[in-house]
Amino acid sequence: MGQHADPSAPLQGEPSKNTRRKLAKEMRYQTISFVFMIFLTSLAFLTIASDTIPSGFAIPFILIIATVQVVMQLYYFMHLNEKGTGWANVMLWTGVFVAALTIATLMLLIGVIKF
Amino acid sequence: MAHAEEVKHDQTLPPNPETATLEGKNKFLGFWFFLGGETVLFGSLFGTYLGLRNGVADGPTPAELFHLDLVFIMTMLLLTSSLTSVFAMIAMKKGNFKGLMLWMWVTVILGLGFLGFEIYEFVIYVNQYELGFTTSAFSSAFYTLVGTHGAHVTFGILWIITLLIRYRKAGITLTNAPKFYVASLYWHFIDVVWVFIFTVVYLMGIGG
Repeated sequence: MGQHADPSAPLQGEPSKNTRRKLAKEMRYQTISFVFMIFLTSLAFLTIASDTIPSGFAIPFILIIATVQVVMQLYYFMHLNEKGTGWANVMLWTGVFVAALTIATLMLLIGVIKF
Repeated sequence: MAHAEEVKHDQTLPPNPETATLEGKNKFLGFWFFLGGETVLFGSLFGTYLGLRNGVADGPTPAELFHLDLVFIMTMLLLTSSLTSVFAMIAMKKGNFKGLMLWMWVTVILGLGFLGFEIYEFVIYVNQYELGFTTSAFSSAFYTLVGTHGAHVTFGILWIITLLIRYRKAGITLTNAPKFYVASLYWHFIDVVWVFIFTVVYLMGIGG
């Protein structure tokens, strides 16, 4: 953008062919990852709803499913896989690291670990 | 006039209008700093809940309270609203202002549906199960964690509605593209937190 650009004027014109191709691809990826996320969510609910699966297996299983889902959200829906997101990744994963320590600390301090 | 030509040339749609200006880039980066902090906030609430969830005193237990069908509907509403806000962003990058507005409104409506179910759930807990905020350590931790998430949903809805009304006739500009983009990031983050809430609070409350 040149310095003459007026930021409050509506943008004109069509996206380039290259952009359009990229967006079509992105749309396909997003929809596929959404379907996969719905599948994972349903799987987690079914695991808990069925009485035959012991909770010793079910709890770690649904936690893994949740982690996979969250990583998919972050990298496909929130575009953390794109170029130029280095610092965004640093901040988020630092936050996750501190949050993990906080969770472990609080559980040890105020609760009895029982999974 | 050559100058006018140049201005017109600069208003063509860039591939990523949300980060085409320095302000947009800064908004994007600053927002991720904020989300890192939000992660820690929710981490502390999750830690508290996990520490206190067995302390039900004489009140109802999680297994008595939670119903999978209600939580499943709420989850589907929120997951779908995440997808519709992705569609809104794709419409924005295509220069399709109507599509952006439409998908954002759909996102808001799905979010309102989620919030309605959450309020209904809390009303049932308070009235039928007599689970007040001070009933037990579990109830305090539960209402604080899930309630904070609900407050984030409420704030996100108000935020997006404000943008939709403020820019209802503006078209896509270099000023509002980053704002819509950051609002949609916030919405995805709400969804990310919910994935852990339905897993750790509801599913683990019923199954373990």
